[in-house]
Amino acid sequence: MSQTASTSEAGTDSAVAVIVPQTSGSERFLRIAVPVGMLVLAIAAWQIYVVTSGVPRYILPSPTDVATALWTDWGTLYPALLVTLRITFAALALALVGGVAMAILLVQSRWVELALFPFAVIMQVTPIVAIAPLLIIYTPDTQTALLICGFLVAFFPILSNMVAGLKSVDHNLLNLYDLYGATRWQQLLYLKIPASMPYFMAGLRIGGGLALIASVVAEFAAGSAGAGSGLAFRLLESQYRLNMPRLFAALLLLTATGVAIFAITSFISWLVLHRWHESAVKREN
Amino acid sequence: MTDSDSKDAVAGRTGGDDRLVVSMRGVSKIFSNGTLALSDMSLDVRRGEFLSLLGPSGCGKSTALRIIAGLGAPSSGTVAWPSSRINSRGLPEGDVGFVFQEPTLMPWQTVFGNVYLPLKLLGKSKAASRDRIMEALASVGLADFEKAYPRELSGGMKMRVSIARALVTQPKLLLMDEPFAALDEITRQKLNDDVLRLWRETGTTVIFVTHSVFESAFLSNRIVVMKARPGQVFTDLPIATSGSRDAHYRTSEEYRATTDLVSRALQDAIQHGGTA
Repeated sequence: MSQTASTSEAGTDSAVAVIVPQTSGSERFLRIAVPVGMLVLAIAAWQIYVVTSGVPRYILPSPTDVATALWTDWGTLYPALLVTLRITFAALALALVGGVAMAILLVQSRWVELALFPFAVIMQVTPIVAIAPLLIIYTPDTQTALLICGFLVAFFPILSNMVAGLKSVDHNLLNLYDLYGATRWQQLLYLKIPASMPYFMAGLRIGGGLALIASVVAEFAAGSAGAGSGLAFRLLESQYRLNMPRLFAALLLLTATGVAIFAITSFISWLVLHRWHESAVKREN
Repeated sequence: MTDSDSKDAVAGRTGGDDRLVVSMRGVSKIFSNGTLALSDMSLDVRRGEFLSLLGPSGCGKSTALRIIAGLGAPSSGTVAWPSSRINSRGLPEGDVGFVFQEPTLMPWQTVFGNVYLPLKLLGKSKAASRDRIMEALASVGLADFEKAYPRELSGGMKMRVSIARALVTQPKLLLMDEPFAALDEITRQKLNDDVLRLWRETGTTVIFVTHSVFESAFLSNRIVVMKARPGQVFTDLPIATSGSRDAHYRTSEEYRATTDLVSRALQDAIQHGGTA
């Protein structure tokens, strides 16, 4: 993104060179080495503590126990991971489509917004997990109930961020669109939606994290069992059986999923915003 | 000053011909909070004029400009654009360019994308618009910056993009709302020179809102001084110059005399207006 800033004109307002700072090789190495090193140190300390103190593995398993469990129990854990992933991403996808569509509908008219306002507040303040038992009764199977829970939880941050974004458009730009006789559709497509992208991306990152949390907590609440159950059920099951290594392995998979969602949503956000938005621009003084 | 006086004052002494571009008749504007921003304002603008609206803050000069642009209807009175094609909403279609006080660029679009916007909204394809966009960018000295994003540009350069965007439709009327108020003096002088050059080259009509006596005296061939509370035309001054307006003109006795005349008119306007 280095911009060739050469111009024939003179004056104070002429070329502003944007020079991409070249980070040195050693700094780039340290940037990765420091956090990874700390993580490795922490795991090593954990291993040493478990080995030296002789704490039983049904209380606290060592990292090697967890790794072994991950390997040997992969046949049980992997299908559970897939179920959790499927529910999380389906819930997030539904929340994205629903949240954005609803936000666009809300900003069309003040009356629509007023009419739907009480529902939005009620849905937002109710702890969604509390309706999981109800959903189990109303839905044909547990999976659907979990999906609805995940959707409801991820829906609101996306909706409220998107509404804020659609309303945050520069008034002079709106005037400019009016001046050139832009249709409502053009205004939405070329102005309001691009202008709300930073807000949408914030909603996406929050919603992505919440969708995973919701799908796990809802599974705890719904108490699914047997085939087709997710990582949350495997966690509870391991606890009942005092199979701590497997519990930790399930936990590790959930963490990895969370990290992956965070990385993916952050990357999408960077991809969309890095050319123009301040939040994604490297700041230098 | 009555309207017929101003007509006589302008005829023959400015570069404009007799065709009206904008005609305001008894325009008042009351905002929803009860503020009377404009009261019974009449103004005729002829083709080819460079007209400055000068006045203290709160005199409604920006409000008048927005009404001329068709942004917000007057509370009473009429505005007409006699030389423009009028669209179904009763507004001139694609014939008005507007430059705001801030550059008002879309940060997610490149310089090219920002200048393309007016043509895009008028339904022109990118390929068909390319030549006109590059021509507009070249006219403000930014032909090399088509792929840059607004945040990569300085304040003065952003303003140039904004001017290129306003010119890309080849408007009959270019409206500028204190466009250089936020820029430093050196940049402002340079952009003043550029605006004058573009005005001469394109033959467009310019209405320029400013609170700077010096800027209005340098640029205009007609200065309409407004007074505040309520906003009204106070006096209408034709500005004739013998030579061209260049760096030399800035230090000439003629320019000094003009600024003196305009300053006095502004002082009178401020005294006759309500407390600012």
